[in-house]
Amino acid sequence: MPAKRRELLPMALLWGAGIATILILVIILAYILAHGLPLISWHFLTTNPGVRGQQGTGIYSTIVATLAVTGVALLIAAPLSVGGAIYLNEYTRETLLRKVIRQAAEVLAGIPSIIIGLFGFIFFVIYLLPYTGGWSVISGGLTLAFMVLPISLRVSEEALKAVPAELREGSLGLGATKWQSITTVVLPTALPGIVTGLILGAGRAIGETAAILLTAGGALGLIHSLRDPCCPMTLYIYNILTEYNDTTTAYGTAAVLIIAILAITFITDWQMNRYTRKLKGL
Amino acid sequence: MATTPDKTLQRPKAREASERLIQIILLLCAISSIFAIFLIIIFVFSQGVPFLIEAGPSFLTGSVWLPADSFAAGVWGIFPIIVGSLLVTVGAIAIGAPLGIACAVFLAEIAPPAIRRVLIPSVSALAGVPSVVYGFFALLVIVPWIRGQFGGFGTSVLACWIILSIMILPTIISISTDSVRAVPKEYKEGSLAMGATRWQTIRSVLIPAASSGIVASVILGMGRAIGETMAVLLVAGNSVTIPVSVVAPVSTLTATIALEMNYATGAHQQALFAIGVVLFAFILVLTGLANVASRRRVTA
Repeated sequence: MPAKRRELLPMALLWGAGIATILILVIILAYILAHGLPLISWHFLTTNPGVRGQQGTGIYSTIVATLAVTGVALLIAAPLSVGGAIYLNEYTRETLLRKVIRQAAEVLAGIPSIIIGLFGFIFFVIYLLPYTGGWSVISGGLTLAFMVLPISLRVSEEALKAVPAELREGSLGLGATKWQSITTVVLPTALPGIVTGLILGAGRAIGETAAILLTAGGALGLIHSLRDPCCPMTLYIYNILTEYNDTTTAYGTAAVLIIAILAITFITDWQMNRYTRKLKGL
Repeated sequence: MATTPDKTLQRPKAREASERLIQIILLLCAISSIFAIFLIIIFVFSQGVPFLIEAGPSFLTGSVWLPADSFAAGVWGIFPIIVGSLLVTVGAIAIGAPLGIACAVFLAEIAPPAIRRVLIPSVSALAGVPSVVYGFFALLVIVPWIRGQFGGFGTSVLACWIILSIMILPTIISISTDSVRAVPKEYKEGSLAMGATRWQTIRSVLIPAASSGIVASVILGMGRAIGETMAVLLVAGNSVTIPVSVVAPVSTLTATIALEMNYATGAHQQALFAIGVVLFAFILVLTGLANVASRRRVTA
């Protein structure tokens, strides 16, 4: 059939595009992991970096810094995004307000990280210096909260939307107030989805560099307080590449980051699949 | 009513008040995104806009960028930087959009379930890889390859194109896939029933019907490319001249801010905020365009 023959090339190209996308990911990951995994050891994870990121030193303080800024970001973004999602889904219909807020979250998610970094610098590092200590874990974490917020807001809203209306009606019908229904019926049902949104947000915070570059300070020492400057793993990679000229440690750090990001991707992907299937009654 | 022992009915006023209070707190959470945008705009613009006004149009059209130091006043012209940003973005789209759209069609229409199960998490993983890791990979693999093939430093427009085209794939693929999937089944079935082949159906029914979403995905991909900082910073070469070839170094709005904020003070710092305002303007225009594009959606 001539028609079938003419199909071959375009179909092959579409297949090629799909396979190429997988291959690109595999090549990048394989390259980083092949160079980085052999470096990862207990010593690497638990020893502080040398002054100039030399070989044979570890990345302990940068892991602590990443966890600290991510923690601060989640501490602020989690209640705001979950509370906001509850309001949008439980207290409003398709109103103008809802559209405006959703649009705002989309715009916020689209603002380049370097602009958020500029904002974090002028607002948290300079303007709120007496409270944040200037370049610090707090400044970095609060800046990241602006990037985590729209992500977890969107996913939390999806999770709440997937809760069947019968559950709410049943609870309200038994005499529970709206807030009682939300806390005892709606939230527990939506919890896996909400947590997934927070994990995705955490992934964004862990991987962010540009905003951190302008707000965290980049000091390699172990932090003792949230007002200390710090150097999360991503920033450490950048500093090694541009200043220290020793790519070995950068490979190891990147491998640790990649493992964290892959774990987050698989957990959230698996969780979302399971969750949507369950709510569809499959 | 008053005689009912039921506690929940005893003090309806108090209960109502606490429910209202909760609702107000939740409303405040909900509008925090709007508040955040205002905060960002106010603080970035308050630094950048006065400088923009004082520098005048020559800030956008001037081709010499010489930040002030202790010896001389600065010369502030970001034309080459704007050209650089647009150049790397357009190139990244030219490579990434066809690949991403093809992958989306494959994912939505053709891929067998087994491949889909690998491809979907792969796209999420591509979206999750930190930009500094992309930059790292590009600096150690793509840049040396360009240096070997074409000479020069290797840090170049081409290096930005390659790495950015990869970084915008998840945006283009996920939004395009959704819009191809959203095409009503009847369209496809009708086309196949008329005797059209699978590819004919994809080309003349599915893609046109999904075109608004596909266009939106490409525009959002442009936003991602023009706003990307770390990968570009590592592989662009960052020289403030209009590149003469694709293997010449280039500098972008984002990379200039990231590179110079480290040591900038006074007017230089404000100039960098002004660049931030220009970048913001680009992003807002692109976001607006993407919205217009996706609103023209085909409905069944």
